[in-house]
Amino acid sequence: MSRNGILSRLAGGSALPVGLFFAAMLCMPYVLPNPYYVSTLTLACINAIIVVGLNLLLGFAGQISLGHAAFYGIAAYATGIATATYGLSMGTGFLIAVGLAAAVALLVGIPTLKLTGHYLAMGTLGFGIIVYIFFNESIELTGGPSGMVGIPRLALFGRELWDDTEYFYVVAAVLSLVLLLSLNLIRSRFGRALMAIHTSEKAAMCIGVDIARYKLFVFVLSAIYAAVAGFLYAHYLGFVAPSSFGFHFSVQLIVMVVVGGMASVWGAVAGAFFLTALPEFLRVFESVETLVYGGLLVLCMMFMPHGLAGGLTALVRKMRRNGQRPTAPEGDSHV
Amino acid sequence: MDASSFLQYLFSGLTVGATYGLTGLGFTIIFNTTGLINFAQGEFVMLGGMLAVICQAALGLPLPVSVVLAVLGATLAGALVERLAIRPVRNAPPINLVIITIGISILIRSIVMLLWDKDTHTLPHFSGTQPIMVAGAALMPQSLWILGISSVVLYALRTFFRKSIFGKAMLACSYQRKAAWLVGISVEHMVLLSFMISALVGAVGGVILAPMTMTSFDVGILLGLKGFAACILGGLGNPFGAAAGGLMIGVLESFGAGVISSAYKDAFAFIILLLLLFVRPSGLFGKAEVKRV
Repeated sequence: MSRNGILSRLAGGSALPVGLFFAAMLCMPYVLPNPYYVSTLTLACINAIIVVGLNLLLGFAGQISLGHAAFYGIAAYATGIATATYGLSMGTGFLIAVGLAAAVALLVGIPTLKLTGHYLAMGTLGFGIIVYIFFNESIELTGGPSGMVGIPRLALFGRELWDDTEYFYVVAAVLSLVLLLSLNLIRSRFGRALMAIHTSEKAAMCIGVDIARYKLFVFVLSAIYAAVAGFLYAHYLGFVAPSSFGFHFSVQLIVMVVVGGMASVWGAVAGAFFLTALPEFLRVFESVETLVYGGLLVLCMMFMPHGLAGGLTALVRKMRRNGQRPTAPEGDSHV
Repeated sequence: MDASSFLQYLFSGLTVGATYGLTGLGFTIIFNTTGLINFAQGEFVMLGGMLAVICQAALGLPLPVSVVLAVLGATLAGALVERLAIRPVRNAPPINLVIITIGISILIRSIVMLLWDKDTHTLPHFSGTQPIMVAGAALMPQSLWILGISSVVLYALRTFFRKSIFGKAMLACSYQRKAAWLVGISVEHMVLLSFMISALVGAVGGVILAPMTMTSFDVGILLGLKGFAACILGGLGNPFGAAAGGLMIGVLESFGAGVISSAYKDAFAFIILLLLLFVRPSGLFGKAEVKRV
């Protein structure tokens, strides 16, 4: 592909909506009445980075990972240990975090993605639990169950970003970059290959899509997204504990993808924002939180398999058709 | 390692392994009729133990009655899951069904947590806690119960699949669903039956294990996963492979905890699982029919 091609692609199509999104994010701190909401929004953006990646894997390629919290955690701990324990620079921490997560994803992905069926789901679930046990048990490295403190705040160009609004801008900018990359990616040859795999692996194979390689690539890419999010998380809170990276969080990420709408990049952002904000409103019903997650997951999947956005579009379409056909075929239409 | 501690590890490994095997059997039964991995399988195991605790402690029922009620309750739960959540969307893509079973597992877990509590409970041993000494190693009577009941369940399932018309019909579904339907087998009923049997087998595992290891609303995740590891080890779809795989994982875990590190006890099963997916995804007893791409 020529350089011109890439530039025109970046300029057209997704640049505008992502630009608008970023502009909207920049306004948020002025709109929100309470600085506390800015920190919730920061966490929502961090989650959205992971969820956009997971959606590439789950929504577009049709592969489920139940261990993405582990990649997020590996990166958070890696950068924490590199910067706080060994006093390395932030850039080194970032490279170690992302490199480690990508290498681990390769190791887990190579055997499981070669198999058809739900091996990736179980493989990643088992992997997530191993990593969680490791965070808890290797106390001299990670601080064990009580966590790890003293991770330095993110510094850019020699300046530490102590202001929460500034930090939010950085996170929003990273999310926008991730969105731009993902939107362009799915409109490329790569994205079409992924959707072909989701629709029919056999057909995709027949037209010459190297299924295993594409799946592995998108799995590692989604792990890298999670690692970037983990890096931002660790240097935001300055504290990491194993409980943030357990099975529960992996499932929450899946719920975000499903509720927002599988195979929709913007849906992933919506799902992440919605479900990160939800506990703030459900604070009173803290104990029913998991019940709500489980219920949302089942009901969404049963009645709105394309998420909130997809469900609304289908409803409108159905009403417009005015009962000509009783059920709209909810097939494998993407995006 | 001396002989007595070797025996001790073996006993505890076989005991726990038998219940992993039963969980694995549950996976296999549903997988064979529907081609679906039921991520809520571990919750059936949890329901077995927890319902027995609830019947026994809260309702004050005698232990044998509680055990039977718990198993029946879990079987009913299995039927409900199939009717309410699986059958309405049976033509959905497999990934959607997998996500639904994940959602169901969260639902079951949180319902038990809300209706009961978050504490760890124990169920009385079926026949006392006086250990039987075998060459310096202590064998709990409950271990004998577990091994005995597991063998009975295994044998009963074997007879069911070989002799009864329902069992044969379910096997037919596993070979070729469409053909089974064409010869007049009600595939829908068979899927319902497979969920019920699988919940029943899982709950039996849960209820016999509860006296040994304690139980709580969240034991299902790990037990389910280890059951799945047992399935893969034995070859997915092969019920006796699953049972044997469970025993092996139990024993390896027990020796791993005793010899290497008890902190990492729960990690061993998954390390085995990942290694196995790497070198022999068709399992130890499976025909090499796992599709690779």
